[in-house]
Amino acid sequence: MAHALKQKIPSPGRWLRDTNLGQAWLVLALAILFGAALAAVQVNLSRRIEANRQNETLSKIPELVWGPARAREIKSGSAAVQIIPGTLQAGSGANPITLNLFKVIHAGQLAGWVIKAGGQGYAEKIDLLIGIDPQVSALTGLFVLDQKETPGLGNKITAPGWRGQFKGRSTGRPLTVAAGLSGSEAAIDAITGATISSRSVTRIVNRVMAAVKDSLEVDTFRPIERRS
Amino acid sequence: MQVLPTPTERFIQGILPENPVYRQLLGLCPTLAVTGGLKPALTMAAAVGFVLLCANIITSLIRNLLKPHLRIVVFTLTIATFVTIVDRFLAAYLYQMSKALGPYIPLIIVNCIIICRCEVCASRQSVPAAAADALGQSLGFGLALAGIAAVRELLGTGMLAGYPVLPESWPDWVIMVLPPGAFLTFGLLLALVNWISADKQQGEGGGS
Repeated sequence: MAHALKQKIPSPGRWLRDTNLGQAWLVLALAILFGAALAAVQVNLSRRIEANRQNETLSKIPELVWGPARAREIKSGSAAVQIIPGTLQAGSGANPITLNLFKVIHAGQLAGWVIKAGGQGYAEKIDLLIGIDPQVSALTGLFVLDQKETPGLGNKITAPGWRGQFKGRSTGRPLTVAAGLSGSEAAIDAITGATISSRSVTRIVNRVMAAVKDSLEVDTFRPIERRS
Repeated sequence: MQVLPTPTERFIQGILPENPVYRQLLGLCPTLAVTGGLKPALTMAAAVGFVLLCANIITSLIRNLLKPHLRIVVFTLTIATFVTIVDRFLAAYLYQMSKALGPYIPLIIVNCIIICRCEVCASRQSVPAAAADALGQSLGFGLALAGIAAVRELLGTGMLAGYPVLPESWPDWVIMVLPPGAFLTFGLLLALVNWISADKQQGEGGGS
């Protein structure tokens, strides 16, 4: 009697082995366990990762406004430097664009603007920081935040020598890209073997300059409320 | 029943006799892609090592619960979890390196070395053997990557791990840090490793 009863009610172990749920229970249990672990990692690290991104941008801004040497001087000086992140509605007509930018104030005076802009490069998206003077008449610097151009060729857009060419260029007319020294004032020297990367950067700069030329005024600048 | 290698044997096999790159020709995507410099190569090797160790230990712990037809799903799930953890940690603590390695960290999920070790070793052997296997294979992978990266960085830029080594007059062989340089270096080193081991076997009085 007892023997027969035992056969009718299978042990939990056997029941698990025989059903679909039993087959997949390990996958489900692991998925829940791993999901919880990943959520914990994300909760603990996401702020730090976001801060890394923000810090990289902020650390480059003084250089873009004043150049490396003067930026160091100002950093060690007594007057406070304020960097206010904000957005700007630029462009005209039916398709206005919103730009992310930073307003830089030194000793109570507007020292310049730094605009974050991106566009398609040869390989992937190129993200730039573009420095513009307070009068919006000239570029004060260029920095490549993110790029995945060809190593050894296109990634030379990050070299200080090449991006330094943009400094001091007038915002009044679009820049062109030329191979070799063309002598034209508005020409950017193309990197040998990476004309497309050179053009991509110049195109992004031109687009931003065209958009902000008329609308970079204090009244259209909207500071972002920083959450602490 | 087939006799499985001991933990010590597993560890030693991973370094050269069963080197993942030179012997098994596995995990070649990062081997070719991130060996332009010594630093990214070593970071990649460390990341793969961590994922392999964790995946092997977890797989070994649950090896008696694995269903044959569901084992690949379990391996992939485990590997993907640890890869995501590595990816987040790099972005948080080595931000520049994380940017430099780009998509190659998430791509560790499909690195055949790890799934191969889970299948061949960890799903059949105890935790010590699985851990020793992971350490040996990681070391073998790291040495392979470091070898290729050292050659490419030195000839391509005249530097090692970012420090100038060759004189200023060295004409940087840019091709070495470009994709063709990866294939050239890998092919030549692979031939060298095979030549040395073939030579050794002959010296011992007979090949296999």
